[in-house]
Amino acid sequence: MSKQMTGAKMVVQALIDQGVDTVFGYPGGAVLPIYDEIFQQNHIQHILVRHEQGAVHAAEGYARSTGKPGVALVTSGPGATNAVTGLTDALMDSIPIIVLTGQVPTFMIGSDAFQEADTVGITRPCTKHNWLVKETDTLSGVMHEAFHVATSGRPGPVLIDIPKDVQFASGTYTEKAKRKSHYAPQVKGDIEMITELAKAMEKAKRPVFYTGGGIINSGPAATQLLRELVAATNFPITSTLMGLGCYPASGDNWLGMLGMHGLYEANMAMHDCDLMINIGARFDDRITGRVDAFSPKSKKAHIDIDASSINKVIHVDMPILGDCAHVLEDLLNVWKSRGRKTDKENLAKWWGQINEWRKVDCLAFKQEGKTIRPQHALTRLEELTKGHDRYITTEVGQHQMWAAQYLGFEDPNRWMTSGGLGTMGYGFPASIGVQMAHRDSLVINVAGEASWLMNMQELGTAMQYQLPVKQFILNNERLGMVRQWQELLHGERYSQSWSEALPDFVKLADAFGAKGIICSDPADLDDAIMEMINHDGPVVFDCLVEKHENCFPMIPSGKPHNEMLLGENADTANAIQGAGGALV
Amino acid sequence: MSPLKIKKGSTSHSAYDLRSTFGDEVERHTLAVIVENEPGVLARVIGLFSGRGYNIESLTVAEIDHTGHLSRITIVTSGTPQVINQIKAQLGRIVPVHDVHDLTVEGASVERELALFKVAGKGDHRIEAIRLADIFRANVVDSTLESFVFEITGTPEKIDAFADLMRPLGLQEVARTGVAALSRGAS
Repeated sequence: MSKQMTGAKMVVQALIDQGVDTVFGYPGGAVLPIYDEIFQQNHIQHILVRHEQGAVHAAEGYARSTGKPGVALVTSGPGATNAVTGLTDALMDSIPIIVLTGQVPTFMIGSDAFQEADTVGITRPCTKHNWLVKETDTLSGVMHEAFHVATSGRPGPVLIDIPKDVQFASGTYTEKAKRKSHYAPQVKGDIEMITELAKAMEKAKRPVFYTGGGIINSGPAATQLLRELVAATNFPITSTLMGLGCYPASGDNWLGMLGMHGLYEANMAMHDCDLMINIGARFDDRITGRVDAFSPKSKKAHIDIDASSINKVIHVDMPILGDCAHVLEDLLNVWKSRGRKTDKENLAKWWGQINEWRKVDCLAFKQEGKTIRPQHALTRLEELTKGHDRYITTEVGQHQMWAAQYLGFEDPNRWMTSGGLGTMGYGFPASIGVQMAHRDSLVINVAGEASWLMNMQELGTAMQYQLPVKQFILNNERLGMVRQWQELLHGERYSQSWSEALPDFVKLADAFGAKGIICSDPADLDDAIMEMINHDGPVVFDCLVEKHENCFPMIPSGKPHNEMLLGENADTANAIQGAGGALV
Repeated sequence: MSPLKIKKGSTSHSAYDLRSTFGDEVERHTLAVIVENEPGVLARVIGLFSGRGYNIESLTVAEIDHTGHLSRITIVTSGTPQVINQIKAQLGRIVPVHDVHDLTVEGASVERELALFKVAGKGDHRIEAIRLADIFRANVVDSTLESFVFEITGTPEKIDAFADLMRPLGLQEVARTGVAALSRGAS
């Protein structure tokens, strides 16, 4: 039986049929019919954000913390253009979100109408796919296809542009099950190549697992299989920024994060290994450093769902195209059936070497004097919150790297950060999305004061829906990472990298009706953090920290992994030379 | 075939290629891309090439299956083997792309291009032009007392050669379609 309904109703019906419970959005002229339908139902809760960028980041936070797709609804023109940063962010980090945009009526498209923009044109390079729906009859089919595309294969953002007349007109609703799609990415890996990898694992003297966000995107089965594989082989494991939580930070084989601000032992293991097993990571430039000096002695395997990630940056010897969970399952089975062999003798030597590197204790710092060091603030935050049902989001910069270094993640989907695009202003709206999905959990956004100000208007959203998000701002009154690079690379000329005319964050919180806490004395820090945790409502925590702290370890641009800068005692002058200076 | 599925051994430069290093010699490849004929699909393909800095030497597109709404885009591109590989993988990622064939490495193929040449001249030049056109099996599709329009089909090299010969004989305008290509033999 075919159901007749308006386009606007179809949108809501399709969202319900797809199991959506939350939509983040902002109304406007071109989406009024859809908002009218939202008004007349109780299945879907709409969260009114304060800026469309916030809606998309909130949808990302929701998606990353649940594994379900996030949904945002915005109007035409400026509503759509404001969504572009969030779409690009989701594309870079492979986050499944569906963005619905209103559009001027079909007969006005191309006439430079009020609030008209070429939304599908603008968002074509920053979505996995997008659609302009010109007939109401096709709208529900496109809605279902959009969910399929966003969540299949390598996940990503999709956008549906819906002209206002299509929302008003009536058409036939297509049920979810009747949808046909030719889009079906390959999930099973090539068994011959998997066997090849299993053989390589048996012979490896210095193996390392290099894991990434693909494992988290693949779902809980991939995480479980990875943990089983690590335990069974006793190989060391490191992870990218995006993959934190796929292996527990408390696990014995955990080396910590790798990359530009990764741990010494993780980067040294990557450089000196003889077998690198990349699972769901993409050899990003923050990971590889100098490409021609990247892990020169290793055979490399790469498991990835996206064929274009394989052999893009680094040539690999064992490419395996497939979903992490499927490939890991086959890999475990093959390796087990071949007798669960590893080179235990050499593996023990390798662990000996790794334990030597661990002794460098590259994250060590001393908290002295009356100023809070950011590392100390995060160490205390970790200590006081690690027992909680905790989710962490971050903004972008030094605080983000310190959070990755000093906070431990035991499970996937607990860490939401803008990795690929590096979007300042991501963390606050993302924390709102996370809190919406997990109303009783402790959601903390580790922020810098400059990033936080980029989307601070969302404090209104947090108040409206009584979302007890904790904004933990490491306030150094600087654009810390910019300042650090200027110190290392631009002769200490600190061009535009300080935050002048900062607001009084406590009063700012107060103005919105939220709780503000300020802390500048290390002696008060624990009590202040406890006060934040125990307050039932949004908190803005202004943590005044050392202004000139640098984030170490650091692999300078254009350097290989074994040339890391280690903390304040290292000679940082002229660390970045020649062509490296042109890299970012 | 799903867009991300690369047939093992189907191309010597696929993701399954096990060469030890990336080659750095620039190669010319002809790709046949079968796409869903939906609005914006050509923009997606062209946007991919411009956005990621790949070359397009020629590009032709037309619907080939009206009932199935499929179009065939034939792209001649050049790059190192690694870049060609990336181009194919990136094309395969586009949702309405059904299939990507690298005709250059998937066995023998035929490539043809159609071109129209306007040649104006009198006397010996005019006679020489029509004599050469005959040798190249070009057809006269328009004629005045002072000009011809020749229609020629062939490989891009043949058309280049014809253009070189026509230039001193009064070549005024050229229109070329770009390459259409198919693999030889039964599919």
